[in-house]
Amino acid sequence: MPGLADKRLVFVTGKGGVGKSTVAIALGIAAARRGLRTVVAELSGQARAAETFGVSPPSGEEVRLGGDGLHAISIDMERAMEEYLHERAGRVGDLLAASRAFHAFAHATPGMRELLTIGKAWELAQDRRRVRGGRPYDLAIVDAPATGHALGALRAPSTFAEIARVGPIANQGRTIDATLRDPAQTAVVAVALPEEMPVTETLALRRRLRDTLGLELGAVVVNACLPERIGPRQARTAADALARTQAPVARAALRAALSEHARACGQREQVARLAEGLDTAPLELPYLFVERLDPAALGTLADRLEELL
Amino acid sequence: MKEDGVAALLAGTRVCVVGGSGGVGKTTTSAAIAAGMAARGLKVAVVTIDPAQRLATALGLDELGNEPHRIEPGSFADAGLPLGDGELWAMTLDPKRTFDELIEKLAPDDATREQILANRVYRELSDAIAGSQEFTAVAKLYDLAREGYWDLLVLDTPPSRNALDFLDAPDRLAAFFEGRALQALLRGGGAGLRLIGRGTGLVLGLLKRVTGAELLSDLSDFFRLLGGLLGGFRERAAQVEELLRADGTTFLLVTSPEREPIEEAIYFRRRLRAAGMALGGAIVNRVHADEPGTDGALEDLPALLEAEAGLSPALADRVAAAFADEHALARRDAANVAQLRERLGAGVPLLQVPLLDGDVHDVGGLVRLGAELFAHRGGPGAK
Repeated sequence: MPGLADKRLVFVTGKGGVGKSTVAIALGIAAARRGLRTVVAELSGQARAAETFGVSPPSGEEVRLGGDGLHAISIDMERAMEEYLHERAGRVGDLLAASRAFHAFAHATPGMRELLTIGKAWELAQDRRRVRGGRPYDLAIVDAPATGHALGALRAPSTFAEIARVGPIANQGRTIDATLRDPAQTAVVAVALPEEMPVTETLALRRRLRDTLGLELGAVVVNACLPERIGPRQARTAADALARTQAPVARAALRAALSEHARACGQREQVARLAEGLDTAPLELPYLFVERLDPAALGTLADRLEELL
Repeated sequence: MKEDGVAALLAGTRVCVVGGSGGVGKTTTSAAIAAGMAARGLKVAVVTIDPAQRLATALGLDELGNEPHRIEPGSFADAGLPLGDGELWAMTLDPKRTFDELIEKLAPDDATREQILANRVYRELSDAIAGSQEFTAVAKLYDLAREGYWDLLVLDTPPSRNALDFLDAPDRLAAFFEGRALQALLRGGGAGLRLIGRGTGLVLGLLKRVTGAELLSDLSDFFRLLGGLLGGFRERAAQVEELLRADGTTFLLVTSPEREPIEEAIYFRRRLRAAGMALGGAIVNRVHADEPGTDGALEDLPALLEAEAGLSPALADRVAAAFADEHALARRDAANVAQLRERLGAGVPLLQVPLLDGDVHDVGGLVRLGAELFAHRGGPGAK
């Protein structure tokens, strides 16, 4: 599956709460280590990447994060629209961008937000940047919305191209769509947790991605996998010990280890189910027993993610 | 009988809206609350958006139809939760279909209705109408509340990175119809796009240049057709808002003990208060519990485990390591929950649900989760 370093545009998606942003940022760290000029683009108005590195950029602006080659942007619809209009129609476009009537129209047009934000993500991955002073990136990693919304966003360019048939938006939509459907340029990475529902949703995403865009998943990452600290025989020994031990602290420790073992076993079943559905083993990331995911913790996840590049 | 736990939070509640960020267990919590209240003799319907497949199958939610259906009480009785005289109903919301139904209800005549449902922009993009998924959820809730059959409705809000989207949905939909520029476009009519006033005319001309004439004409048709429903939508949005503010409506916040969902929960609380809506309480799922009296015992633990429990040195080390990690998580969770408690204020009850050993995706799991939710007020660590 790997080879993400050869792509230009990587979309990271998954069910809500599985750690999409975490994986997107860690993947960005891994790519930058590899010497790629990388940008992590967030689509949901948040700026998790920048916050993690203690940077607070203005909305919609590209910013450098810590080390070499790693950048972030929180894509802003308004800003993306102004850029598009300027690039399309120069001063006339600026005029339009300043019109309140136009803003109302753009906000009301269903799917326009998705089209503009996905268009901006595409722009980041172009050799010839449309934005004034923009330098090209080797790799744009998009922290995409949750599964359902992400598919909607990925489909927005072709939907608009179909509806518009001819004209500038139709052309632009077709150009972006062609990039999204080109496996040499674009990959979709699914993030899951080793739990029932995220696994089911990942398998459904794979089917829907095939059906709607003709794309295969570029990689599947299972986040937050518990360590298998004790095996089944040791678990039985620990359970027997619990039955005859009186000391409260020892009992608490045995219960904690047995509880972790039970949860880890449940997780193994889900990872196995996912591997079977995918016909290949997903990449597992360890559960991090830390208070917060700082750049150092993300770095340890990046170590594992290098395998995907 | 004096009720405790969730039942106490929901005394006198007719509509319970369950909110929180993605992945915190909103759907299972909603279903467990509904089942628990049904077991107390109420007729309860739970409206979910996207349940786990095994849970959906367990509840019979795979059935087609955009209406609640009654769940066989047998599986709950088997799992130790007899529903008695209570009734549990459930449905999975189909947002697209609910929106279609809304259009059908609000369209002034058959011709308009057919034109809207056949419009290309509507057909291809109605999922993407700002806030439509969120709005259809509360609109359905309103319809069910008006039917008057159920004693309690539980709404599991749509999965969304921003838990507040559905609060804004009525406003966003109303704004969608009200923009002056749109009104001007609507008056311009279908393919004509006649100029109305010089300013608008200029904008239209420029617009045509960046979008193309065909798209503009389709969009214009779309806005004109839906514009005819503006009055109905506005009225519906007002009714929905009234329902969300009504005395019998309670919001429950669900979160996990991690930092981001907790921050979102705090923000949610602020927004609810600003909107004049009642927060009944917060539920913290999946809390790592520390056992009392085990603080500071970590260093000698391997030796203790060997002596007291007769473990081999290798196993003792691993058990001790597992405990140390759990202990660290328990401390992290306790700190985050304390922060949540402080920020929510003393007036907001907080229920903690310990991390369960298994994933909750069947009736047995719901019953176990329900036992935690309904049993006690404090949860782990509470005195």
